[in-house]
Amino acid sequence: MTDKLLPPKKKNPQLRQRVPTLPPAMRSRAALGLTAAAARGAFCLQHCEECGAVQYPPRDACSSCLSVDLAWRETAREGKLIAETRIHASPDPYYRERLPWRSGLVQLEAGPTVLCHLHGDVGRGDTVRMDLKLDKAGQGVMIALPVERTPDMADDPQLRSLTADPKHRRVLITDIRSPMTRPLIDGLLAAGAAHIFVGESESWRRGSDHEAIAALDKVSVMQLDVSDASSVQRLAAEIGGKTDILINTARFVRPGGVLGADTVFAREEFETNALGLMRLAQAFGPGMASRTADGVNSAVAFVNLLSVHALSADPHYGAFSASQSAALSISQTLRAEFRSSGLRVINVFTGPTDDEWHQPLPPPKVPPKALAKSVLTALSEGLEDVFCGDVAKDLEERWRKDAKVLERELTGGGT
Amino acid sequence: MKRQSYDGVVVTAPVSVPYVRYSQETAHWWIARALKQLLEVAGISSRELDGFSVSSFTLFPDTPVGLTQHLGLSPRWLDSVPMGGASGVVALRRAARAVQAGDVDVVACVAGDANRIDSFRQLLSSFSRFAMDASYPYGSGGPNASFALIADAYMAEYGAKREDFGRIAVAQRANALHYPDAIMKSPLSLEQYMSARPISEPFGLFDCVMPCAGAEGFLVMREDEAQRRGLAYARIASTIERHNAFPEDPVQLRGGWVMDIDELYEMADCGPGAIDVLETYDDYPVISMMQFEDLGFCAKGEGAQFVRNQDLTITGDFPHNTSGGQLSAGQAGAAGGYLGLVEAIRQVTGQAGGTQVAEARTAMVSGFGMINYDRGLCSSAAILTGAGQ
Repeated sequence: MTDKLLPPKKKNPQLRQRVPTLPPAMRSRAALGLTAAAARGAFCLQHCEECGAVQYPPRDACSSCLSVDLAWRETAREGKLIAETRIHASPDPYYRERLPWRSGLVQLEAGPTVLCHLHGDVGRGDTVRMDLKLDKAGQGVMIALPVERTPDMADDPQLRSLTADPKHRRVLITDIRSPMTRPLIDGLLAAGAAHIFVGESESWRRGSDHEAIAALDKVSVMQLDVSDASSVQRLAAEIGGKTDILINTARFVRPGGVLGADTVFAREEFETNALGLMRLAQAFGPGMASRTADGVNSAVAFVNLLSVHALSADPHYGAFSASQSAALSISQTLRAEFRSSGLRVINVFTGPTDDEWHQPLPPPKVPPKALAKSVLTALSEGLEDVFCGDVAKDLEERWRKDAKVLERELTGGGT
Repeated sequence: MKRQSYDGVVVTAPVSVPYVRYSQETAHWWIARALKQLLEVAGISSRELDGFSVSSFTLFPDTPVGLTQHLGLSPRWLDSVPMGGASGVVALRRAARAVQAGDVDVVACVAGDANRIDSFRQLLSSFSRFAMDASYPYGSGGPNASFALIADAYMAEYGAKREDFGRIAVAQRANALHYPDAIMKSPLSLEQYMSARPISEPFGLFDCVMPCAGAEGFLVMREDEAQRRGLAYARIASTIERHNAFPEDPVQLRGGWVMDIDELYEMADCGPGAIDVLETYDDYPVISMMQFEDLGFCAKGEGAQFVRNQDLTITGDFPHNTSGGQLSAGQAGAAGGYLGLVEAIRQVTGQAGGTQVAEARTAMVSGFGMINYDRGLCSSAAILTGAGQ
């Protein structure tokens, strides 16, 4: 059974902070299919479209029938651990700092043998459940997990290096006014977060949640206006060095298309949703990126909440959709810029949320609790892209299938 | 179809360039030194040489083609054998057929590699596409970790113990003390083997080879040519080669030799009992143990019992890896795939000096190479005969 992870000791400020290193990041193009599946929490392998043989490692032609028609498909996760080792020597700087490291061979029920990371609770002869996760290099890797969940299994050091688990970490939620902030706080505290900072803009006009949130143990309300660079920088100067997870819940929404009398609301939407994200990244990003190897409470994730219409515009929320596309694009550049540090950028996409700005829309709408749950799942599972609610899932699937058809449907023209 | 014999073709001029742990010199430098020695032994000028076979991991960006210009050769037959530990036997069998067919008169077969500080790490991280995608990112233990998994499965399946692998390593160290070019120069006890620091469990330090720089080589020519030049030579009784055998085995508990071993003995018209000296590919002792089984010296799964009953030293009843093998002589990249073959030629031609096995007239050498993902893909073996001492 996994040893319970203890809260970290206070850090010695005289010691040099450990510089982040990454596991080997080089991959073939075919192997990026594992990364794409891991990013959304799927377990996919290549299946031959002609003979059905399941392939591993990823390749360009079927090793049973030579067909080049290989498709990534969900695959059964069960397998048997047939060999294990504990590595005590490695020339790679990342693993050298983390020895000993366990790896093993799992014979999948689907066919192939997979060389994988091992959770501490599995040993040779065990039936295991395979998972695909993103490692610190942002690449998809295999880990063998016990079939039955155990209480502290997420504390296993090899598994924890593949997730962004909030346990013992300090979190900044940027907007107290977001309806999802309260369920998010509750969820993070239940998951063992060490402390939660909650940003509040225009504190002279407090929202109805303020008193209840400010009274919570391990929660501090801080002044923060993401549309004001100096406000963001002030808070980063104060808590940037102890922000391990940043969850950006700030957003500005107004209905309406693009043809209107002015760009006032559009400007607000870009200020908060796109440029606000940039300001947060500029103020908090470098500090977080320097602290990704800083022990139990290392910096681990930067979380954005995006409308699924970042993928394809909803003309009823035209300027808002544009601001979400801009934010998505910024998040992709941030991924590139954080790559060398291992800091994960998580995007949680949602359909219409159940709030005043989507009030006239028909259901299904995403309740704040569901959105908070998606964020927590993304952190504890270490996902990179999460689609929350039926509308977002449906839209993503249609976008994946044919972006142009989806655009035509959304802009009028479907049935 | 019955395979043709190698009648009329011989292998001669075993050459080893002493290994160095780390060296700034390039593969070109090491290969040039081996080639120069080979040509001097045979009395052939480099311009005259018409056949050249090269195995090396560290020639990049060059290939053997670039080497011809670099070294001033004009061969009419050129081969590149990128098969790691199986390279020696494969180079031999290809060269032998080319000589037999008259495509070439003399083939200089050379394997050599550089070993600069940090070059091993760089070689591991991009060894193969499958290794890059599916093994190196999992702890980056390199071949130590991959073969540790094979050893773990082998021990679980057949009940072999670490002590059994230790017997192989300890005997080879005893042999290496008689081989002046061995990197390892001090004796090794079973206690030292057992208490060595762990590298990748179940492997400890003395299960692993020492990467180093060096080169090995030999010449393949017609028998009359060897006689004319006054060279002691060995005949090639038979050879085999196999790649990616048993792909359906979930973990490698047997090598490709199993597919071809009957043919190897049939072509040589002998059985395991006729082998006076055996040189296996020993990147890890467990792999040598697997070869004892797969080459027919004992039944599958009985390798551990076999080494408990045999004396594997030069003067023992089953002389094995007489120059110390890679475990004690060092692993100079692709030259590791030549080490056993070059030693076998010395043995059956009576040129082995301190490691000479008395009355060694028939030698078997086996090769094993290229852990592309989870297992070694290439296997090879040859039986050589000579006049002995």
